[in-house]
Amino acid sequence: MNSLQSYLLLSSLLFSIGLVGALTRRNAILVLIGIELMLNAANLNFIAFWRYGPAPQALTGIMFAIFSISIAAAEAAVGLSIILAAYRHSRTTDLNQMNSLKG
Amino acid sequence: MTASFIILAALTVAGTAAAMGLRNAVHCVLALTLGFAGVAMLYLQLGAQFVGFTQILVYVGAVAILAVFAIMMTHNDKPMALPDSSSAWVSGCIVAAAVFAVLARAIVSTAPSAQAQPQPVAPVQQIGDALMHRFVLPLEIMGLLLTAALIGAVVIAMDRREEMK
Repeated sequence: MNSLQSYLLLSSLLFSIGLVGALTRRNAILVLIGIELMLNAANLNFIAFWRYGPAPQALTGIMFAIFSISIAAAEAAVGLSIILAAYRHSRTTDLNQMNSLKG
Repeated sequence: MTASFIILAALTVAGTAAAMGLRNAVHCVLALTLGFAGVAMLYLQLGAQFVGFTQILVYVGAVAILAVFAIMMTHNDKPMALPDSSSAWVSGCIVAAAVFAVLARAIVSTAPSAQAQPQPVAPVQQIGDALMHRFVLPLEIMGLLLTAALIGAVVIAMDRREEMK
């Protein structure tokens, strides 16, 4: 097993941990954090492929990771503010009790 | 696989697993910062310094703090949320384990590339050049997206009842 494979295995493990969180946690904020973890695993893949890929001078892997981090930051800000707005309405962040879209 | 990789991987996996497994939500976010910092150190080990420090600034510095704020603002005096039902926990773990098995099988069964490559360098000057020349359009779009997300987050989270009074 070479280094690229070990990095890919680590990132798929991170992805699975995030998936467990997104599927099983009942707190909306923790579900969002699980999704952030899955995004992090994808970023680790970008950087690992940049490091071990054929043309690292082109910097495409790094650019992809930078843009992906910015998108994740925007997503976290909007997602958390949506959770805050929903909390103000229904006084809970438990996903089992947030079961109505209508106000 | 070097010793430093194994240490960093163990740190990252431990932090993220604790973040997804602990009961108290604030403890979860604290463990999550450990996991994010571990990923940032993995970036540094791979030679991507700029991305590593961006990861620390954005994730450890901003996203985790934002999550802590959200958890504290949505904290109420009701008893802690009921424990996650065990059947949902088991089925979620089974799904995630199946996904990991498929990915790991695909990775391990791929023939490894032959030669070890020298560590590439990505100085910040080159990254800035690339951002300002080749990637200038995505950069502008990213600025637009971040502005829209900033305004949208403020508008969504604003309490409208006060302005009605």
